[in-house]
Amino acid sequence: MPAPSRSTALDFGGPDSQPAAMDSAAGGLRRDLRLIAEMIDPGARVLDIGCGDGALLAHLVRHKNVDGRGMELSQSGVNSCVGHGLSVIQGDADRDLEVYPNGAFDVVVLSQTLQATRQPRKVLETLVRIGRRAIVSFPNFGFWRIRLHLLFCGRMPVSNLLTHPWYETPNIHLCTIRDFVAMCDEIGVRVERSVTLDRHGRPYSLDPRGSLANLLAEQGVFVLSENLCNIKAAAHAAGQQG
Amino acid sequence: MSSPKRGIVVESRPSKIKENVDMPRFRSLPSAPELGTSGRSIEGAVDRPAITSVYMSALTPSRLRARSDQDRPGHRLLVREPLRLDCGIDFGPFTIAYQTYGKLNLDRSNAVLVCHALSGDQYVADPHPITGKPGWWETMAGPGLVLDTDRFFIVCANVLGGCMGTTGPQDINPATGEPWALSFPVITVRDMVRAQKRLLDHLGIDTVFCVTGGSMGGMQVLQWAASYPESVFAAVPIAAAARHSAQNIAFHEVGRQAIIADPDWCGGRYLSLGRRPVRGLAVARMAAHITYLSEAGLHRKFGRNLQDRHAVTYGFDADFQVESYLRHQGSTFVDRFDANSYLYITRAMDYFDLAAEHGGSLSSAFKGTRSRFCVISFTSDWLFPTSESRELVHALNAVAANVSFVEIETDNGHDAFLLHEPELFETLRGFLTGCAEHRGLTRSW
Repeated sequence: MPAPSRSTALDFGGPDSQPAAMDSAAGGLRRDLRLIAEMIDPGARVLDIGCGDGALLAHLVRHKNVDGRGMELSQSGVNSCVGHGLSVIQGDADRDLEVYPNGAFDVVVLSQTLQATRQPRKVLETLVRIGRRAIVSFPNFGFWRIRLHLLFCGRMPVSNLLTHPWYETPNIHLCTIRDFVAMCDEIGVRVERSVTLDRHGRPYSLDPRGSLANLLAEQGVFVLSENLCNIKAAAHAAGQQG
Repeated sequence: MSSPKRGIVVESRPSKIKENVDMPRFRSLPSAPELGTSGRSIEGAVDRPAITSVYMSALTPSRLRARSDQDRPGHRLLVREPLRLDCGIDFGPFTIAYQTYGKLNLDRSNAVLVCHALSGDQYVADPHPITGKPGWWETMAGPGLVLDTDRFFIVCANVLGGCMGTTGPQDINPATGEPWALSFPVITVRDMVRAQKRLLDHLGIDTVFCVTGGSMGGMQVLQWAASYPESVFAAVPIAAAARHSAQNIAFHEVGRQAIIADPDWCGGRYLSLGRRPVRGLAVARMAAHITYLSEAGLHRKFGRNLQDRHAVTYGFDADFQVESYLRHQGSTFVDRFDANSYLYITRAMDYFDLAAEHGGSLSSAFKGTRSRFCVISFTSDWLFPTSESRELVHALNAVAANVSFVEIETDNGHDAFLLHEPELFETLRGFLTGCAEHRGLTRSW
């Protein structure tokens, strides 16, 4: 699977689209990453999955003093990150997350990568297991421009966020915001907070369950956690087994 | 055992670091063509006279004696208190021969411990006292280099069982007055590390800023991180694994059998009898050396090129360059290495299995570790393949350790860690810079 590198596979267009500098101040970060950075407390233990060139991680380490780790599929991305002093491993969200213990991180970030995983549902379940919170951002396939593109052109949409033609896209599991929320409900993942971004990266506080968000948002950023009921049920089951 | 007085470090000659190296080199090869370096032609191999047989390198009688270590450059420490070895023996007193480069800072926080590989030694960045060749990691350690001697205090000790000054099977057993030979206790990687710990205690270094090394050196790095986690701020195992694979044990066995089959080995008592099993040791080295390279690398460097001739000779001379090269590797190795040391050190590597020491769980070996790890592997290394590094990374992740993992693309095989690999240097420099910031070391490079 080709690497869904943040700076290449998903180009946002506009002033924030340049590959992020390693020592970027918040202003230099891509909009969605800036939003994610704001959601993370100083000093937190953070795992950034699909960390690309390490822009978010570098920002968090420098400006928020987090204990930051990264995982990236592309070897060149990893080597560059490590060469810049970041703790990053070469790895794959589908294959290399399982080994982490429960609650290993305060926050696990999966930005613009979920749609490129082979088993998004399993990945999501793992995220909320290994992190107290997971922050997930993804492109909304229900965005009105994408709908119109398919309706009028009759061809697979190519947009600012989805730049690859169908035959070479790493994005194999695209979904709409409504799909995503439905899956969270199904597997008992709690949506603590959601922010939808329009095509200029401006945040809107629309109800992610409403049809407006699904139509107007080009992407969504979700803060998720494991449903407490699930944890209690698991603990109960473990207790019974013991 | 004639050794310096207790606690006294005898310095025969100050360590000296040469100016920046001009070009990367093969490790410790006198006149060998510089074939391991990218961008170099192989003309050198053609010009050099063919070494038709390893038997030609018969050693002069003076070399047949157990060598006197006293005239070697560098430091020596006599450890009087015996070391409890894994085999159950309390061993000692013994000597540790080591080199240092750079200065230890007032906080004693800038020490970098370099662990050498099977056939390496403590001469990291200064000329080898026997071969006169540059230090084996001279491209890595020196002023302004990745292991910057202007910033770090670099220590490298010859391993226990070695033959470059640290007590090994070629030294005299004080109980018998004869060389230890096979009465030397079987040592392990953990024993080597225990000995190094004694050295660092002696130097007053509680916490090493970084422990690093390739191959068996990487095994020692992992052993350090597992045995003394509080003493290791950062650990960089390169081209290593948490256990020696069946295939690697098999190759080692071939090497050992080559030595043992040499009539001059004499049951290991060759030094007492004034002989040396140079043929067996050379063959062992030749076989091992193949495992340090890659098929693609061998093809790139030698192909099927002939050595000093236009056609094959229909005989068993070294018709091919690759044969000549291997024979050269074998014949030069015996000048600087002891056959029994080779047996003992390969055995130590074979026995290495970090998970086995921790109830079969590798992650248990690192439980609670606060060290920062940077695991490095090479794409064409089939001796310690990336899959084994990845296994190690998974074990570290399972205990939420701080770990970086880099695989470097090269066709230089296992030996890549000794060669000019710009990406290796950049990665390691970045990692160390980040660690130095966390450690509070001055950031001025």
